[in-house]
Amino acid sequence: MAANSHGKTNGSTRWVGTRPVRPDGVDKVTGRARFGADVHLPNMLVGKVLRSPHAHARIRSIDTSAALALPGVKTVVTRDDFNDLPSEFVPAGEMLVNYRDVVRNVMAREKALFEGHPVAAVAAVSEKVAREALALIKVDYEVLPHVLDVVEAMAPDAPLLHEDMITAGVDPAPTTPSNVAKVVEFKIGDVEAGFAEADIVIEREFSTQPVHQGYIEPHSCIANYSEDGQAELWCTTQGHFVVRGHCAKLLGMDVSKLRVTASEIGGGFGGKTVVYLEPVALMLSRKSGQPVKMTMTREEVFQASGPAAGTRVWAKVGMTNEGRITAGEAVLKYQAGAFQGSPVQPGCMCAFAPYDLAHVKVVGYDVVVNRPKVAAYRAPGAPQSEFAVESIIDELAKRIGMDPVELRLKNAAKEGTKAAYGPTFGPVGLVETLEEAKAHDHYRAPLKPGQGRGVASGFWFNIGGETCATLNLGEDGTIALVAGTPDIGGSRASLCLQAAETLGVDVERIRPLIGDTSTLGYTFLTGGSRTAFASGMAVVEAARDMIRQLCERAAKIWDIPAEAVEWIDGEARPAGSNAGEFEPLSLADLARLAGKSGGPFVGRAQINAQGAGPSFGTHIVDVDVDRETGRVTIERYTVIQDAGKAVHPSYVEGQLQGGAVQGIGWALNEEYIYDDKGRLQNPGFLDYRIPVCSDVPMIDTVIVEVPNPTHPYGVRGVGETPIVPPMAAIANAVDSALGLRFTDLPMSPPRVLKALGDARVPEAA
Amino acid sequence: MRYEAPESVEGAVALLGGGGPRGRVLAGGTDLLVQLRAGVVAPELVVDIKRIAETREIREADGMLVIGAAVSGAELGEHPVAKALWPGVVESAELIGSTQIQGRASLAGNLCNASPAADTVPALVAAAATCKIAGPDGVRRIPVEDVCTGPGQLSLGDGEFVVAFEFPKRPLRSADAYLRFIPRTEMDIAVVGAGVNLTFDDGGRCVAARVALGAVAPTVILVEEAGEALVGTTCDAAALQEMAAAASAACRPIDDKRGTVEYRTEVAGVLATRAAGIAAQRAKGSQ
Ligand SMILES: Cc1cc2nc3c(=O)[nH]c(=O)nc-3n(C[C@H](O)[C@H](O)[C@H](O)COP(=O)(O)OP(=O)(O)OC[C@H]3O[C@@H](n4cnc5c(N)ncnc54)[C@H](O)[C@@H]3O)c2cc1C
Repeated sequence: MAANSHGKTNGSTRWVGTRPVRPDGVDKVTGRARFGADVHLPNMLVGKVLRSPHAHARIRSIDTSAALALPGVKTVVTRDDFNDLPSEFVPAGEMLVNYRDVVRNVMAREKALFEGHPVAAVAAVSEKVAREALALIKVDYEVLPHVLDVVEAMAPDAPLLHEDMITAGVDPAPTTPSNVAKVVEFKIGDVEAGFAEADIVIEREFSTQPVHQGYIEPHSCIANYSEDGQAELWCTTQGHFVVRGHCAKLLGMDVSKLRVTASEIGGGFGGKTVVYLEPVALMLSRKSGQPVKMTMTREEVFQASGPAAGTRVWAKVGMTNEGRITAGEAVLKYQAGAFQGSPVQPGCMCAFAPYDLAHVKVVGYDVVVNRPKVAAYRAPGAPQSEFAVESIIDELAKRIGMDPVELRLKNAAKEGTKAAYGPTFGPVGLVETLEEAKAHDHYRAPLKPGQGRGVASGFWFNIGGETCATLNLGEDGTIALVAGTPDIGGSRASLCLQAAETLGVDVERIRPLIGDTSTLGYTFLTGGSRTAFASGMAVVEAARDMIRQLCERAAKIWDIPAEAVEWIDGEARPAGSNAGEFEPLSLADLARLAGKSGGPFVGRAQINAQGAGPSFGTHIVDVDVDRETGRVTIERYTVIQDAGKAVHPSYVEGQLQGGAVQGIGWALNEEYIYDDKGRLQNPGFLDYRIPVCSDVPMIDTVIVEVPNPTHPYGVRGVGETPIVPPMAAIANAVDSALGLRFTDLPMSPPRVLKALGDARVPEAA
Repeated sequence: MRYEAPESVEGAVALLGGGGPRGRVLAGGTDLLVQLRAGVVAPELVVDIKRIAETREIREADGMLVIGAAVSGAELGEHPVAKALWPGVVESAELIGSTQIQGRASLAGNLCNASPAADTVPALVAAAATCKIAGPDGVRRIPVEDVCTGPGQLSLGDGEFVVAFEFPKRPLRSADAYLRFIPRTEMDIAVVGAGVNLTFDDGGRCVAARVALGAVAPTVILVEEAGEALVGTTCDAAALQEMAAAASAACRPIDDKRGTVEYRTEVAGVLATRAAGIAAQRAKGSQ
């Protein structure tokens, strides 16, 4: 067989790189799309969670009798319904989870560890009854001192969240418990020697606040547990196979008995890679024998679902007067929330990744505090550490009067650079994004008086992983594409394009579907910017499998050897000595003849995608600062990023714009405000200020394409890198405008005004 | 919960003061329905006043404007006379919420929700608007600044409700303006609000000035010293500076999640200055 149309793109593609209307678009704009809360079942009950009003408290007892006695209440669950699980780490997205902690996060056991921690749940005939029942549950709490700040939590006299937590990664192991779950270190070369080579060394301390992913759709699910021990679960998630695994573990079920369907998803950004309501809904359904639906309120989303880690970062960078960076060092302290597992490790790995450096040392601390357990949020861990490093790089450039893009170009990581975290980069596009930035009209446009411009670069690894896909050829020659990765960023469109390209058929003939956990083999979740890459590879593989079958079938029909058939432009053609002997058979012809010639065609792939391509980006931003109110206005913003290959450029642009906007919110306004009892004061979008449309200008994008050699069309992930540079880019722009360097986020109006006032007060004599 | 939608002022007064369960007035519902859903309030009776014609009218007689209590922000924003006479009041109403909220939100609802940060109230106070209030004892009129007595607290008696806002006659060379500060550009609550209403003589001297501030005290405040700082001046830089200082000095804000005491105090002066600048510009344009 000599199938030639699939494989390398050779620069010319027919479908990959085009912008057809997304297959899920019409349903979304007409309201027909079914999100997490859009399913209703006969006899359905409503489940509601009772949450801890305390940031830290021992739970002495829980009395549910009055709630159970309320008419309309069908069942109640508490910690007693879940079996304890041993400590065991498993991957969930780009983070690890420990089942001992998952079972406690889902339902508090010994202690409530943050305000909003679930303590009990009820299933009742209506939401009203369920809420009344919650008020009847009596919980006897012993309120304990709490700690919210990462540095305070590391102090020797801090209240302990887990009395048995011994810091891992320290030799010898400490003998007393603390809130530091682990210490990690990454190092190459000798930083002392590196700093000795430097003419200028800048070190500073930075802080970032926890920020929520801000998905508009709250967590929601519906569970239906039958008498024979099987269950169905419908939920909004980035990975239904992962949900199945976690739920089966927590409920002691076989995974084959639990079928999980992913709904349409109203945003996830990493935050929908863990379970909250799902195991509780299943338990309520198991106990009541009725379907149970649970939906969080916005307040619950903020109180109890994972933000990105708040951090304290110290960083130090040395440079020669000619602009050569000689060494970088950083210490990262990341809040994990109530249970260990902050993304401090990727934070360490990414901190200096954009630079080709001989001497780097980064130490990271994973610290528990009385806040909700952090979850992944676009490039988890990277924005916080790169904010610190990219701020110092800007300061170094200003110190020697060198253009900041030039300074980055001088030191940029490229193919062959050995990254401080281990690997040697293959082809990567940082230099290309910097060259594009330098050449971009935005970078040269004059600024108005008082405005400032900033740039920053960013890095994220991207991942591959276990992935399955199926292509079912219908009798009329159209195709159902089944993938196992929920579509959170337009991936159905890009998977169809990759299948169309490989098969040589019109993309309109391919209809995509996200299959449930019983229709496909195990498929890891949508995260790590892996979907267009890994599900894309699986789809290409499945298309090749189908082409192989189609060519064999044509050979059988023509009665020639399979090797003598090639697949070109969506049809089987006789090749070699048989060339021109038979009329080509199109996909539609073969589909029509399938039944009579040997049976249906199904292309399958089950892969463990390797060789994800890291993505670099460079952002340019212009800001205006109102010196009397402290408001920072984003006047112009350009994102330049290496996509490897933009399969559907509109959705790549959408990712770049979305990441930048979320970064703008992180930089300027988003923060969690707690009172002195550790209670969240702003659990809603009114006072937790993500940007609204009128807060941001149209975000300009430039897609750079340095192909990833391991993907058939060169795809890299693009979804995460764009949230990495904005915080530093904006801080650098504010510094250009005001001559004031902000090291603490957010740069909200009161903070900016205060800094301006402090700067006006002449230094005391 | 009982819902009633009377068609006359008397009908509404009878329901509200009828000795039955204490009722709640419903205008646009953009505060009340949110509070109902959140369980903050649970009235037994809700009296919708939108079917009472007088609450939905914008009238002008002898240069005096009357705006019905339940007129929506969107209706006000499209009313050429209201816009020409009281641009500051209209712009304050148009700042409320979003397009959807604008279709419902009313001046009386904004006032009677009794939030210190309500956007239209500083503009109404600066305008020296009067509330026409109907109740079991008939109709009475009080200045807008006398309606709220504290956060969530009103001076209205049992069975009373606001029927309309009455505005004084607009002199020549006179205009108003409202500005608020929010960290975002929309869909937010004022951290500080400033309404300013100015009148000039034909020599360009300010003859009357009212400055009102929102979100800097338990209720919206009329800062008389700030107004006095402008009267007799051309609203030059020095006068504006004095006015700003008076405005900041009158602030008695709290520290909360929306702003610090220092921030609110400083920005109150800034916004009052900017609003005065706009009002002065408009007044000159209206000659
Ligand atoms: C998304 C959103 C955004 C918002 N943005 C803003 C904003 O930017 N600025 C701002 O100031 N507000 C804002 N609000 C609050 C609200 O929209 C305003 O306060 C609005 O003006 C209320 O008017 P209403 O007619 O909807 O009041 P309603 O909800 O009908 O009533 C509010 C209160 O006043 C009482 N009441 C109403 N009419 C009368 C009357 N005639 N006599 C006596 N009592 C009465 C009611 O009983 C109730 O207690 C926002 C609200 C939402 C939901």
